[in-house]
Amino acid sequence: MTERNPLRDRRDLRLPRVAGPSAMVIFGVTGDLARKKVMPAIYDLANRGLLPPNFALVGFARQDYEDQDFAKTVHDAVSEHCRTEFHEDVWDQLSEGIRYVRGDLNDPEAFQELHRVLNELDQDRGTGGNHAYYFSIPPRFFSVVTQQLQKAGLAASDSGGWNRVIIEKPFGHDLKSAQELNRVVDSVFPPDSVFRIDHYLGKETVQNLLAIRFANNLYEPIWNNNFVDSVQITMAEDIGIGSRAGYYDGIGAARDVIQNHLIQLLALVAMEEPSGFGAESVRMEKEKVLRSMILPDDLDRHTARGQYAAGWQAGVEVKGYLQEDGIPPDSTTETFAAIRIDIENRRWAGVPFYLRTGKRLGRRVTEVAVILKRAPHLPYSDSNSEAKDLGSNAIVFRIQPDEGMTVRFASKVPGTVRELRNVTMDFQYGESFTQSSPEAYERLILDVLLGEPPLFPRHEEVELSWRILDPVLAHWAKQGQPEQYSSGGWGPPSAYRMMSNDGRSWRRP
Amino acid sequence: MIRLENTTGNDIASEISVLRRRMGAPATGMVMTLLVLADETSQADATLAATQAAHEHPMRILVLIPRPDSQFDRLDAEISVGGEDGPGEVVVMRLRGALAQHAGSVAIPLLLSDTPIVAWWPHDAPGVPQEGDIGTHSARRITNAMSESDQIAALKKYAEGYRPGDTDLAWTQITSWRTLLASTLDADHHQIMGAEVHVLWATAAANLLAAWLGSRLNIPVSVVESDGPGITQVRLITTDADITIERPDGKVATLRRQGMPPATIALPRKDWGELMSEELRRLDPDEIYGETLRALDEVGQGSLSLGVVIEENDNV
Ligand SMILES: NC(=O)c1ccc[n+]([C@@H]2O[C@H](COP(=O)([O-])OP(=O)(O)OC[C@H]3O[C@@H](n4cnc5c(N)ncnc54)[C@H](OP(=O)(O)O)[C@@H]3O)[C@@H](O)[C@H]2O)c1
Repeated sequence: MTERNPLRDRRDLRLPRVAGPSAMVIFGVTGDLARKKVMPAIYDLANRGLLPPNFALVGFARQDYEDQDFAKTVHDAVSEHCRTEFHEDVWDQLSEGIRYVRGDLNDPEAFQELHRVLNELDQDRGTGGNHAYYFSIPPRFFSVVTQQLQKAGLAASDSGGWNRVIIEKPFGHDLKSAQELNRVVDSVFPPDSVFRIDHYLGKETVQNLLAIRFANNLYEPIWNNNFVDSVQITMAEDIGIGSRAGYYDGIGAARDVIQNHLIQLLALVAMEEPSGFGAESVRMEKEKVLRSMILPDDLDRHTARGQYAAGWQAGVEVKGYLQEDGIPPDSTTETFAAIRIDIENRRWAGVPFYLRTGKRLGRRVTEVAVILKRAPHLPYSDSNSEAKDLGSNAIVFRIQPDEGMTVRFASKVPGTVRELRNVTMDFQYGESFTQSSPEAYERLILDVLLGEPPLFPRHEEVELSWRILDPVLAHWAKQGQPEQYSSGGWGPPSAYRMMSNDGRSWRRP
Repeated sequence: MIRLENTTGNDIASEISVLRRRMGAPATGMVMTLLVLADETSQADATLAATQAAHEHPMRILVLIPRPDSQFDRLDAEISVGGEDGPGEVVVMRLRGALAQHAGSVAIPLLLSDTPIVAWWPHDAPGVPQEGDIGTHSARRITNAMSESDQIAALKKYAEGYRPGDTDLAWTQITSWRTLLASTLDADHHQIMGAEVHVLWATAAANLLAAWLGSRLNIPVSVVESDGPGITQVRLITTDADITIERPDGKVATLRRQGMPPATIALPRKDWGELMSEELRRLDPDEIYGETLRALDEVGQGSLSLGVVIEENDNV
């Protein structure tokens, strides 16, 4: 942009920012993630008119395709998984820019070929030397590909365009490997060209967390240890590992979910108000609160882990983790993990944050529950059978499903003299409302193409969360087999114990 | 669907709460009330469009159909709550006889508390939409010059009666053109000396687009007749080669500019449902629309030549 564009006006809020000319390369384009999420999101962006007319998409994998066959595969994947309506017109326009490069990630020649294809696109489609590389491949290839890109001259930005990389979680498997990965990636790409996708952060409800906290006067005054008793963050899945044994075994629930999603959610719930909602200010506050997080001294008492055992879930008989295909019968990988984290600052000292996640639990739900202290005095408490829970209000953010928010409070039971009962007040984005709200991937991909990083964790954040989690992982590694828990329940006995040790109990989400 | 005959606004309100209670779903999470001022010819399409928009914006939809020709003064209503049509509520009301003059009194007990009210005239809005029974209650007022036989005259009328909070669906219809044009000029280009908008008829959409370009870029813009459908081309005349966006089929556009291969982009015309969904996304006044209306006036007398005035309906 040479000068200000007079067609743009700050007040003209109808005009979305459209990505500039660019090409995206998807490594691992035949994989699950690319087919189900990334390519459909690209189509949806095109359909919403947010991609430039000359956008190009290059797929890279080992399978033998001609460009046309490849376009057909993408067509099928996109029409099956896209969120917005599928229009052949939009597709035709998008498909003109689709190319395929066949090769192994270890093969330098394939990257020469990629270079040639990208040059051609820059010429023929006018993509202007702007390239985004999406690593939709097993994490062990991240460094290889980064180095290949560098060797093939695809990472240099001297051509006048930009080169950006998109990495999917997991970002390493502990602090050391994360630092190593960051070192490799950062040695090739500058920090603001590296986008670490945590699709949870792109979800509307997660975005809304900040809006609800900081755009209202109702919550911030009680958002501290004067009023909050504890916070429970849960991400429960009802499914097992399915066919992802190769990915999951050796990783486990804590690395897969707590390290990224749950600790990020925790940071958003607990951080101070940023000075603005730009990338830099939000990150600064997140980093600050991450630095204040500490683990309990006694990890046996305050953490729990487990493996799902064979059993019945929602009326269906299911296998145990150790019986799943591809899992060694003596695997020590946990499928349930719960930890307590404390935050050492004025706002949160004394308020425990409980994080838990697991597979094959009671139902699929992700939520953040802020549980308030009991009212200091309960006028009706003497005659009440439910008195234990009464007067302890809760504010619950439901991330999925049924995105929305619930407030729990006590109210008199009509017709009785002084019988109280907990009731909830519910705000829900209508079901259809969420249907039409953009998928997290759309938002994230557009931000990458625009070069706007606010939702992406930077390597400091990644390393800080590993720093928190590493001691727990090391402690667990010494404990042998995780405790078995019955499928369809809410985790192993140790999970209940860690709460009762603190005189609390888990919410049933 | 429940039919209430010879009823009142209050009775309709209590019937809605009965229906809600029976379903076990209170009316929470609804974000606004939409008043649709329709007549018998447009009410079906308008209701459908509003229900489509309610998928994105859960809301109470009140369709008010004045029937001054009726012999009797009475109110008839059809109520649908929840269900297939989406999360919202739809009440279609016929205001017969003298009641046709008192739409506001019927609507008031039915407005959701503490949430915004939006009024939509699928056609034939009053000269000053903000005035009168309905307009005074509404934070946002949506007109639709595209469904008038003389679109230019209608747009002029709305321009004269403009108050912040008004918009017209013809403006919504050109958002995709404006988006493409704005992103085209994000890239380097030669100075722009003038522009042309090619269109089948003199439509409200084409004139708004011309006025917007003219006022933003400070250049003369003319509206040129073409074979349609709708807007078929926008040409930006530069000190060097022209930049053109051609859309011969109403669906797919081709962008041509110097030093770049031609690029195609889908630029479909939108239906009422899609337009209303976009319109309800923001409820604050659209200042750019207001400024464009003013430019319409200025440019119209000077360099902007208004095309033929038509007697027939065309969407864009
Ligand atoms: N699936 C999800 O929903 C999800 C969610 C979050 C994060 N992730 C992360 O996203 C990444 C991709 O996940 P995924 O589930 O899509 O994995 P996947 O289904 O196993 O796909 C892996 C892709 O990598 C390609 N590949 C593997 N080795 C290769 C080699 N030597 N040379 C060239 N291509 C090679 C495969 O291509 P071939 O066809 O040639 O084998 C395939 O396209 C992983 O980092 C994963 O952790 C996935």
